[in-house]
Amino acid sequence: MAVDATRFSLTLSRRTRRRKLVNLLMQVLATIAALAAVAVLAVVIISVAQRGASALSWDFFTKTAATFGQSGGGVADALVGSLVLVALATAMAVPVGILIALYVSEFASPRIADAAKLVLDVLNGLPSIIIGIFVFALLVIGSGQAAWKGSFALAIIMLPLVARATQEVLALVPSTLREGAMALGASRWRTVLGVVLPTSLGGILTGTVLAVARAAGETAPLLFTTSIAANAVTWDPRQPVLSIPIDIFALAESPDPADHARAWALGFVLISFVLVISLTARLLLARYRSKLER
Amino acid sequence: MSARVSAVPSTTAPSLSSRRRLGDRLGDGALHGLTAAAAAAAAALLIAIAWKIFDVAHPAISKYGFGFLTHQGWDVARNKFAALDFIWGTAVTSFAALLIATPVSIAIGLYLSELAPRGARTVIASLVELLAAIPSVVLGLWGILVLGPFVGQDLEPWLHRHLGFIPLFSGTPENAGILVAILVLTIMVVPIISSICRELFVGVPTELEEGALALGATRWEMVRGVILPYTRSGVAAAVILGFGRAIGEAIAVTQVMGAGHGIHWSLFATGDTLASRIAEQYAGAAGLQVASLVYLAAILLVISLLVNLAARLIERRFTYQRTGGS
Repeated sequence: MAVDATRFSLTLSRRTRRRKLVNLLMQVLATIAALAAVAVLAVVIISVAQRGASALSWDFFTKTAATFGQSGGGVADALVGSLVLVALATAMAVPVGILIALYVSEFASPRIADAAKLVLDVLNGLPSIIIGIFVFALLVIGSGQAAWKGSFALAIIMLPLVARATQEVLALVPSTLREGAMALGASRWRTVLGVVLPTSLGGILTGTVLAVARAAGETAPLLFTTSIAANAVTWDPRQPVLSIPIDIFALAESPDPADHARAWALGFVLISFVLVISLTARLLLARYRSKLER
Repeated sequence: MSARVSAVPSTTAPSLSSRRRLGDRLGDGALHGLTAAAAAAAAALLIAIAWKIFDVAHPAISKYGFGFLTHQGWDVARNKFAALDFIWGTAVTSFAALLIATPVSIAIGLYLSELAPRGARTVIASLVELLAAIPSVVLGLWGILVLGPFVGQDLEPWLHRHLGFIPLFSGTPENAGILVAILVLTIMVVPIISSICRELFVGVPTELEEGALALGATRWEMVRGVILPYTRSGVAAAVILGFGRAIGEAIAVTQVMGAGHGIHWSLFATGDTLASRIAEQYAGAAGLQVASLVYLAAILLVISLLVNLAARLIERRFTYQRTGGS
């Protein structure tokens, strides 16, 4: 067979060179995209930290806003408000979320479990402002704002997060554990409460913490339910309370640079809380999952 | 259940075990019932949300009907309301944000699944996901005080100088407006789409990838010929989920979009989306204005329900095909 020697030339053909070039270009573009995303995160965090950290002081955390025309003052009312709102929302959402997850993973038939997961996903996909409007329509019209109504709205946001996270952890519990308990003569409910739940406690906790981080930063559900409050610290959930996100939202709209400084400081507090919490929870969850899967 | 075989019938054992079985049956039933009730409550909650919103919006719905969707103008003083301005604003900002975010997110997904050094992979992936954890009100604060001035004083004049002949980049640059909202929304949806993409790309069978490489394909050709076609519908679902997030974002958009009216071609103009208009008028709305605001929420609800269901259906069909129905 006669072989055309030129076909075995060691220099790359034009076509190959072009293919390699395109390949390189695409790799560079993909790398740039990923770096850009990380850069945006860094820019946001740094600009919030730069502008916010300097305004932090003891007074900032312990006093309420100064009366009009005076300087100084703090955000104690918003901090306490957020604490009350999120604590109450957690108390409402977590038990129900765990129960739903137990139903999906331990009791429901595959079809019904699928439907329940769909409901949770759709609930999770609803814009948070819709939840705010719903609670406004259900509870606020006619009777006014209150902290517990805001908490109820936040709980609706947290519910699918807690339920889905719990359900995913429950699905990881080895079936040998369930079967072992059953083989020892334990009934279904004793198995669930005595074996399955304790085994997945770590995962449920981290899922809850992630939901708390999400709820702490939500503004839209609180706008209609607990946004107009007296300038004082209150722990009473029957009163409307101020909260960190609402305070940032209001201060950002203000033309006064002093208000912007307070908004940045609050933003710094909020972002630190949320990022530290979700980072730790993510790490713990990853560790926990790998332990359970082993 | 059939394990209780005893040769010698005793008098105490049956009564004891039957009492225990009764307790267990009650316990099983109670826990089953309780958990089922919680699941039913979640479903009921979804229905209640839809019902209540349409209920409160009813005065506006019966007054304006579907004409609400096709008319412009929002005049509180004259008590005249319509939604077209905000539907337009929502559509423009969400589509433009997705136009930027989709290729970027796919690129990030590819980088994280194919290119990133092994050790850095999870770190970079969690940093990108952390972007989604930034509260929207903080992103909006940054958007209005840092990004806005940059866009209004540097980016928009530059675009205007070089691309001003395109209607999109005509008009006077401003610190708040549609373009800032588009950029903020892009930042919000990129982590959502890219983390789903990464999972999809990682799930592509290695045999297929190695087969393409063995045939002499470059990495990019392997991506284009194997990874992208294989994950196409999953990526589509991810983009739709991102769209659902973009149309529903109220707070950050309210902060950066400048509460404008009308339908403009210029991206420099101020505007409003369905969600941001609702968020703006939280204080002091009354009567028909409330009903109209809730009518806006009803439109948003319907769109986001459709979007979510569509995404989940595509996702489900995707996993069904890939796992052979198991």
